[in-house]
Amino acid sequence: MKPNKVVFSVRDLSISYSAERGRVKAVTNVSFDLHEGETLAFIGESGCGKSTLNLGLLRLLPRAGQIDKGSITYTYRNGRQVDIRALTDRQLKRFLWAECSMVFQGALNSLNPVLRVSDMVYDTARAHNLDRSEAKKRALELFEKVRLEGKRVFTAYPHELSGGMRQRVLLALSLLLKPQVIIMDEPTTAVDILTQRSILEVLKELRRELDFSVIFVSHDLAVAAEIADIVATMYAGEIVEMGPVADVFYRSRHAYTFSLLDAAPRLSAGDQELHSIPGSPPDLIEPPSGCKFHERCRFATDICVSTQPELIAETGRHFAACHHSDRVLATRKEVVQV
Amino acid sequence: MIPPLIELNRVYRTFEKDGEVLPVLQDINLQVHPAEILCLVGESGCGKTTTGKIIAGFLDPSQGQVLISGKPQSAYRRSERSKLRRSMQIVHQDPFASLNPAHTIEQILSFPLRRHHMVNGRNELRRKIWELLTLVDLTPPGDIVNKYPHQLSGGQRQRVSIARALTVNPQLIIADEAVSMVDVSIRIGILKMLHRLREEFNLAIVFITHDLALAKYFAWEGRLAVMYLGRIVEIGRTQDIIQNPAHPYTRALLSAVPEADPYVTKKKEPMKLRSDNIPSLNNIPSGCAFNPRCPFYMPGTCDTVVPALSNVSQFGQKVACEPLRLRGELRLYET
Ligand SMILES: Nc1ncnc2c1ncn2[C@@H]1O[C@H](COP(=O)(O)OP(=O)(O)OP(=O)(O)O)[C@@H](O)[C@H]1O
Ligand SMILES: Nc1ncnc2c1ncn2[C@@H]1O[C@H](COP(=O)(O)OP(=O)(O)OP(=O)(O)O)[C@@H](O)[C@H]1O
Ligand SMILES: [Mg+2]
Ligand SMILES: [Mg+2]
Repeated sequence: MKPNKVVFSVRDLSISYSAERGRVKAVTNVSFDLHEGETLAFIGESGCGKSTLNLGLLRLLPRAGQIDKGSITYTYRNGRQVDIRALTDRQLKRFLWAECSMVFQGALNSLNPVLRVSDMVYDTARAHNLDRSEAKKRALELFEKVRLEGKRVFTAYPHELSGGMRQRVLLALSLLLKPQVIIMDEPTTAVDILTQRSILEVLKELRRELDFSVIFVSHDLAVAAEIADIVATMYAGEIVEMGPVADVFYRSRHAYTFSLLDAAPRLSAGDQELHSIPGSPPDLIEPPSGCKFHERCRFATDICVSTQPELIAETGRHFAACHHSDRVLATRKEVVQV
Repeated sequence: MIPPLIELNRVYRTFEKDGEVLPVLQDINLQVHPAEILCLVGESGCGKTTTGKIIAGFLDPSQGQVLISGKPQSAYRRSERSKLRRSMQIVHQDPFASLNPAHTIEQILSFPLRRHHMVNGRNELRRKIWELLTLVDLTPPGDIVNKYPHQLSGGQRQRVSIARALTVNPQLIIADEAVSMVDVSIRIGILKMLHRLREEFNLAIVFITHDLALAKYFAWEGRLAVMYLGRIVEIGRTQDIIQNPAHPYTRALLSAVPEADPYVTKKKEPMKLRSDNIPSLNNIPSGCAFNPRCPFYMPGTCDTVVPALSNVSQFGQKVACEPLRLRGELRLYET
């Protein structure tokens, strides 16, 4: 199967924050392509740079953060390309929502309590010169699609909606201007199981009916396993493995992905022997030498301490940055047996 | 027979909020046996923490009885009561909030040890602190004792909370979402440690979580109670419930959980509910509280009869569901 057109192409992107002790290297040399119609999931532990990377993609970083280097190329539906870093503020404002929208981590609780859902719809419409009645019509359609009572929700204040309803409102609003890409940062974290289920089902339905790509951020491997086409594992600000979901899960080639899966309980797996990863994620102000995972890695040897592994293609679209990717793969195959 | 460590009999609990009385727990019957693992699961607000607090004696029931080793609290002398209370410790979700930021780890562990006269003299205090830190794998203890909570990682802080709970030689630890805020990669280490402590000290553990996969892993050899809107709807051996859930709510939960295995998770068929709305506590549906969402719903029955927990298996799996009972799927093993 030939992959579709590339929508986002990111190359050697590095992002840092200024902090008292020095610069926090939150994202380092990240490169990836998001293809049309695909769902790309970033997984990894807290603090590995998932949110920073995605905020950086849309230049929505907080003040302390800055893009140090790299390129972010976006391709419009008509084939025209832009460099996101070169957009003026005005151009960027038009780009957001219309081309790419983002549902932020924690957005659930940060909705402005004095604005009705309808105000949010009209504000967005005004900023993008969309007719009010057209915006309302489209919002009502989208609310029905995410299984909400459109009319009731349209006039509601955030506090009148449950967490799951708010998350679905945000999802619907993110599609208001028919963007090509939506970025969702931990949309199902901190919601209940059945609520998470309804959000996932709604997202899957929307993807079947409408045409857009998704970047999905989650520390929950199970959610990524379910909805991602492509999975990228991040560790200490870097993409350490990336590939089709089945490759990354069943034929893991990076010791970190391997270890994460080895620590993840699965409901239907019966009595499981699991292993946690020793230590904790490294300091991003003075990250370790070589492979940043080496201090916690059961596969590590001298070369891992001295030399940083490069992200190289293993097979097809499957990449890993691990000196011992063959040993990891062999061990993973013993565990999975598929 | 050894009586249960704790027994809740027909326990109700209400809270007042904005002039309304919320029935937060209704008719809870539960036993915690020595050295067992009992896991409470259910969605946010179903009453897990409240149940945990009543078990620990931090909260009194509005109605009903709590027995400690077979006797009501009132049957114990005053001096025994504080000892009983100490034998049950809660470890909370957020160690940041429960550890005093102005104290070193040594101080945090010293206070309960000294207050309850668990040690004699400085040397013994010091030895005990080192022993506790070693027990929770914070080694070498010398690197830890002089640190403040903010200088530790989330996982390390949670280990300190557990060490503090152990200072008073408890018989029961209530771990309320104790690893929910800890990174996935280090959760398992803390859970394994809890397993080890249970064996070493005959500790009973009440494990509260909203994460079913985690519940399955931790309580595989123990029991599981599923709660919905203030009631226990199913209880039994974890293995039985995970492999053969009976209550429609339990089935819905288990079928809804995604799994960290792409083929398995994509093949799962989530059970369809009649409604996604969770009723609020000030408006609990009559009869079975799950009836407006339940695919087994039988008009005239489920909205009028409050179902009682009855046996579904000879191994003590109990479920509260009228349609199942009427279909003859319950009582099968009743003695
Ligand atoms: N405003 C900020 N100033 C300084 N450092 C920051 C700031 N925001 C984030 N960081 C640091 O950048 C790193 C990456 O953080 P980021 O929020 O991107 O991680 P994440 O993978 O999204 O984590 P989580 O799973 O917790 O959401 C962390 O070390 C974090 O402490
Ligand atoms: N002190 C209180 N005053 C008023 N209402 C309370 C009080 N404590 C708990 N409640 C209410 O009781 C219900 C059950 O709360 P509880 O904390 O036991 O639920 P839970 O199952 O632990 O939920 P979560 O998974 O969110 O921790 C909730 O609706 C809560 O708002
Ligand atoms: Mg984040
Ligand atoms: Mg709770």
